Amino acid sequence: MSRKPFVRKQYWNQPTMSWWERWYLFEIVRGLSITGGVFMKNMWRWITLRKGALTTYYPEERRPDYAERNRGKHVLTQRPDGRPQCIACNMCATVCPAKVIEIEVAFDPSDPVHPKYPARFEIDYSRCIFCGLCVEACPEDAIRMVKDIPDLPTDDRQHMWLSMDELLTWNPQSDVAKPYPVADIDGSKRGPA
Amino acid sequence: MMQDLVVSLVFIGYAIGVLMTFGLVLTWVERKQGAIMSDRIGANRAYIRIPFTQVKLVWWGLFHGLADGLKMLLKEDWKPDAHDRLAYAIAPWVVFAPVLLVFAVIPFGGTMVPAKLFQSVPALAAWFADRTYPLQIAPLDAGLLIVFAFGGVTIIGAMLAGWSSSNKFSLLGALRAGSQMISYELIMGLTVLGLIVIYGTVDLGAIVRQQSGVILGFLPAWGIFLQPFAAILFLTAAIAENKRIPFDLPEAESELIAGYFTEYSAMKMGLFMFAEFIEIAIIAALFTTLFLGGYNLPFMTDAGFVFPGSREVPLSHGFVLITQIVIFLVKVFLMCSFQILVRWTLPRFRYDQLLRFAWKFMFPLALANLTVTAIAVWALRLMNT
Repeated sequence: MSRKPFVRKQYWNQPTMSWWERWYLFEIVRGLSITGGVFMKNMWRWITLRKGALTTYYPEERRPDYAERNRGKHVLTQRPDGRPQCIACNMCATVCPAKVIEIEVAFDPSDPVHPKYPARFEIDYSRCIFCGLCVEACPEDAIRMVKDIPDLPTDDRQHMWLSMDELLTWNPQSDVAKPYPVADIDGSKRGPA
Repeated sequence: MMQDLVVSLVFIGYAIGVLMTFGLVLTWVERKQGAIMSDRIGANRAYIRIPFTQVKLVWWGLFHGLADGLKMLLKEDWKPDAHDRLAYAIAPWVVFAPVLLVFAVIPFGGTMVPAKLFQSVPALAAWFADRTYPLQIAPLDAGLLIVFAFGGVTIIGAMLAGWSSSNKFSLLGALRAGSQMISYELIMGLTVLGLIVIYGTVDLGAIVRQQSGVILGFLPAWGIFLQPFAAILFLTAAIAENKRIPFDLPEAESELIAGYFTEYSAMKMGLFMFAEFIEIAIIAALFTTLFLGGYNLPFMTDAGFVFPGSREVPLSHGFVLITQIVIFLVKVFLMCSFQILVRWTLPRFRYDQLLRFAWKFMFPLALANLTVTAIAVWALRLMNT
């Protein structure tokens, strides 16, 4: 069996090096001067008590410039009387791929339209992947994600749960998605105002 | 006799202290310098809390080295089932010990005259009488040869480690380490030969003393000005000898996991890492000694400064000694920093490129450098006679 000699394939965009680059040493010196220059620049900033890095020193330091579209934290929307809009249907908990939402359902006979409400609504941020599926699954627009962070740097997983109190802090004066505060406050009927 | 022993012990203590400190601090320098070079902050979370208070000493992450050491001491010392007991056990030490021993022949300061140093304590001065000590643990005639002899022992350690852990990755890494280190050891030797031709000695103390003069009226007679090519080649070969990026093929983690110490865990693995960091300091010390005038400041002698134009500034003996020791440490530290700069700048070679670079590029260059040096020295000698 005859073997063909190995021929390296030639590509039309074969990178070519000039004589200067082929010599390698000069390019090394150039590279070293670039990295060394960056080092000197940053070091000078540190020495003169400024910050010489792009890193944010979380949690001691917070970035004020989260993007408009950042979806970092869940909120529960509220009825005008401050109770959660959530009807404890468990759709979000079911769709959640990380299984981080825990809802404890309670019964409220005084509100015939929404007899089910969450007595406990907790999210485990140690496992949440921020996919937003809970928001899409919600039939009542009760859970949303906002431009914020859960703010939970801690040493262990047990302390990375957000309870309902912390999720119910969102209280805007106006909202484009739904009339807010809702026009009819008698609780018998809910719909576009 | 007793005096010699005391002085030797003090020197040995100093050397071990300096090397261990360098080994620890360099892990921190490597992290921090790499971080600052790439616009990051670097490891800074380890702290020591002063007991009974809430005062946490962070100190720019200096304690991460201690935390690493503690972690490696406390980890399980796992061994592969089929390992060769003796070779596996001694391999880290065979790598680690020669690295420390090299420092024995490196002069870290000028000549100490205890009688002058302890003038205020007559008893001590009388005890030392007229003895003088070069600041060097072992002022051997064969200084440079010792350096290369111990450098060769390190190769055996790497090969032993790879072979005894009965792992294909380890074995491949060991083979790579072996061929790479032997190739670059040769180049290191050849580049240094040029210096030996010029200085006419392999005694490191004498080499440094010869570098305290001035050439062409203003340049300090440092090796780097006499042998610039050799300096570059030597540093390159030394970094390759130390198996660090861009020459870290023996432990290329994308190919070989960790190379010849894949199967080592806990402090045995730590010894390999520590040896690597100490060797950075050793290479820096060697480079300083051979090419950067050792403990010499330009225009400085044991008596004080002698500037061009025969202006002299005499200094006291103690002051000169301390200055020389500090100068040496500063030079070594700057060279370490430069090596770390190289490590964070250049990408890794391919293995065939690595050996081709050694044998087809650096080897002829080193030979040419040696030839030119020899001819130049010979011509100069002819002209002088």
